[in-house]
Amino acid sequence: MLSNLGNLLLFLNIFLSAAIIFSALKYLKISGNLIPKIIYQISTFQSTSIIICFFTLVGAFIISDFTLITVYQNSHTLKPTFYKIAGTWGNHEGSLLLWVIILIIFSFLFLVFTRKHPKEFRLVTIVIQNILIVGFLFFILFNSNPFSALSPTPSEGLGLNPILQDPALAIHPPLLYVGFVGSSIYFSAAMASLITNYSQTSFVSSIKNWVLISWCFQSLGILVGSIWAYYELGWGGFWFWDPVENASLLPWFAMTALFHSLIVFEKRGLFYFWVITLCLLTFILSVTGTFLVRSGILNSVHTFASDPARGIYILLFLTLMIFSSIFLLFKNYKKENYNLNPNSKETFILINNWFMMFYLITVFLGTIYPIFTDVLTENKISVGPPFYNMVIIPIVVIFLLVMAIGPKVKWIKERFTNLKNYLFILMGSTLINLLIIFLFKSYSILSNLIIISALFLIISSLIDAIKSYRSSKIDFSRIISHCSFGFLILFIGLNNNFSIEKDYNIKLGETKNFNNYSIKLQNLVLEDFSNYKAVIGELVINNKNTNQKNILRPEIRIYNNPQTLTYEAAIKSNVIKDYYLTMSNIDRSEYYNIKFQKKPLMIWIWISVVMIVFGGFLRLFQNAKNN
Amino acid sequence: MQKIIKISIPIILIFIIVVLFIGLNKDTNYNTNSLIGKKISKINLKHYNENKFYKVDDLKKNKYTLINFWASWCAPCRAEHSLLIELSKEKNLKLLGVNFKDKKRQADVFLNELGNPYDFLTKDKMGKNAVNLGVYGIPESILVDKNLTILKKFVGPLSSKDFNSIIEIIN
Repeated sequence: MLSNLGNLLLFLNIFLSAAIIFSALKYLKISGNLIPKIIYQISTFQSTSIIICFFTLVGAFIISDFTLITVYQNSHTLKPTFYKIAGTWGNHEGSLLLWVIILIIFSFLFLVFTRKHPKEFRLVTIVIQNILIVGFLFFILFNSNPFSALSPTPSEGLGLNPILQDPALAIHPPLLYVGFVGSSIYFSAAMASLITNYSQTSFVSSIKNWVLISWCFQSLGILVGSIWAYYELGWGGFWFWDPVENASLLPWFAMTALFHSLIVFEKRGLFYFWVITLCLLTFILSVTGTFLVRSGILNSVHTFASDPARGIYILLFLTLMIFSSIFLLFKNYKKENYNLNPNSKETFILINNWFMMFYLITVFLGTIYPIFTDVLTENKISVGPPFYNMVIIPIVVIFLLVMAIGPKVKWIKERFTNLKNYLFILMGSTLINLLIIFLFKSYSILSNLIIISALFLIISSLIDAIKSYRSSKIDFSRIISHCSFGFLILFIGLNNNFSIEKDYNIKLGETKNFNNYSIKLQNLVLEDFSNYKAVIGELVINNKNTNQKNILRPEIRIYNNPQTLTYEAAIKSNVIKDYYLTMSNIDRSEYYNIKFQKKPLMIWIWISVVMIVFGGFLRLFQNAKNN
Repeated sequence: MQKIIKISIPIILIFIIVVLFIGLNKDTNYNTNSLIGKKISKINLKHYNENKFYKVDDLKKNKYTLINFWASWCAPCRAEHSLLIELSKEKNLKLLGVNFKDKKRQADVFLNELGNPYDFLTKDKMGKNAVNLGVYGIPESILVDKNLTILKKFVGPLSSKDFNSIIEIIN
């Protein structure tokens, strides 16, 4: 029953998109600057019906309707309701439906919120957006249909992969999708801008909030994914340069470059084609990311059951998008004369963009390089953290310095009368860095440079905040985001240099000593939970200097459906540090392998990212208020 | 200049897309099973205790050799160790242990605790030899005959089923 309803709604949406495209094209030729009511009505109807369609699937998961293959493969009657719901988008088919919902809702909201802009531009944007919608709807219906029926109906489902049964992971995909898919609307708008020659600076106001929204959500999605990886995967790290993490980072770089160059375009009317290129690039990279993840062309923790047909469809779609973008871009391209003064805000923002492009290209090459070596030379290799660390980290130093100076440089031309101030700030940063080395321990030259430049950014942002507060012309959103970025790099740097990691085989009652710590396996408990059994170790970590005792309880979980073994890390966080402990059993032996890590300032890494995003949301509210 | 850019960008993109297209139809899992039936042409393993090397010619002297990659830090290696001890009693089979990316002190503790089943013990500190033999994770064992042909590969710890199949082959 639900299968029929779902399929019906999907077909209905194709029909509605076609109706929107048809009527938009029809009204394009009619003069006047008003979009007829009928288009709003169809669009409203479409949004409603796709939401109903989505809730049909959610409903199927809640009542465990195993007549649907997707539900059968990804759910189980004994699963907590929360994870039944999260299971809706925890699989390929369901998550694609989420894609389409966002495409459709953004299309509708764009129509509603751009009344000040020319009719042609708005209509063409909607047409292009609906072409994207139809493309994805076809993909869903004919290749990845979440409503495919299964007969005869099985009595029980296969269950959701246990490592996905986690609150952070339940919200990770929706957040990331708003970012990923949200970029579709400015892809469409950029195409429309090229087609209708809408290249005035007012174009910016039609897309800048969309860019900010997608950027904020993309950042949050990446953050939640990192937090999940940190406590769930049990390696103790939060970023692994996994191909899929990279796939989420690529559009993020493009978005960041985009909303910075939008500032220049809005203020000075420069960089139009560059802005358009970035708009197009962001969504193209989002789809490229989806291709890399869903086709199974790369191995990663996110690979869903792979299916080459799926990959071919997305690749075809991607090719069409790329070449139509390039065609339009080249056709309309006119050379712009910049005449930028090197000492101007324009130049500094352009430098920001170069950095972003540099990071983007580095990460992109690192991600697809293994595919190339495999296809061209039959060599299987993987590009790991050393490559990224080596290429990216040294560049961060200069990036941070530019990021500190850039925002205060004037438009058109700056005379740099305050060089002395920067020198003082640099000296202050170096001093703090020396203090850290003196009080705690020394680290490599590169780490020194990173920490100094991060401090430089933090201090200049703070001084900037105080100064502009006095003159009551304060740009809170920018200062918060930039300053938090400085803190982020600082905390990551300190965390890297001050982490301790120890690995032992230990049996019940045994104590191991290292540095000024001792660790004892005090007790082992076997417990039964609704969907798994767990062996829980009770380990006492004693800091001999402060005589402070902490009990950590890492778990070995045996899930029933599907039967899987997972290792749950035990983490004790406080403001200064995290204790991180994982335990695994050793077959046919009374020993357990434990890995203990002390990771300073972990919580501040998360907080910094939250603050960076907070800056973004603040800008969004300011923009809304100014309109 | 502009013309060159306008032509080269699409060409580069087409190239990338074609490679991705071909890549789609490739098996992404690194698989070394194709090595079965092939011959080992070269090995150069440093002895565990002495400054000598174990080479292909040494391998030819044994009727059958089981090359076993292990380390003290590897939990599954502990699990398979008792089976290796059993195998070391077989007359037709010699065991060549390769201590993989390990610290000597800890490896010694491991062998003292669980026993040393190996007829020859070598080390592969950097993991280079392992790569040459198509080993990308440990434990892994490779069964070789005296013609240096790889008869079987066991990825992961040996099970009692693997044990029986080795006994069957060598007798």
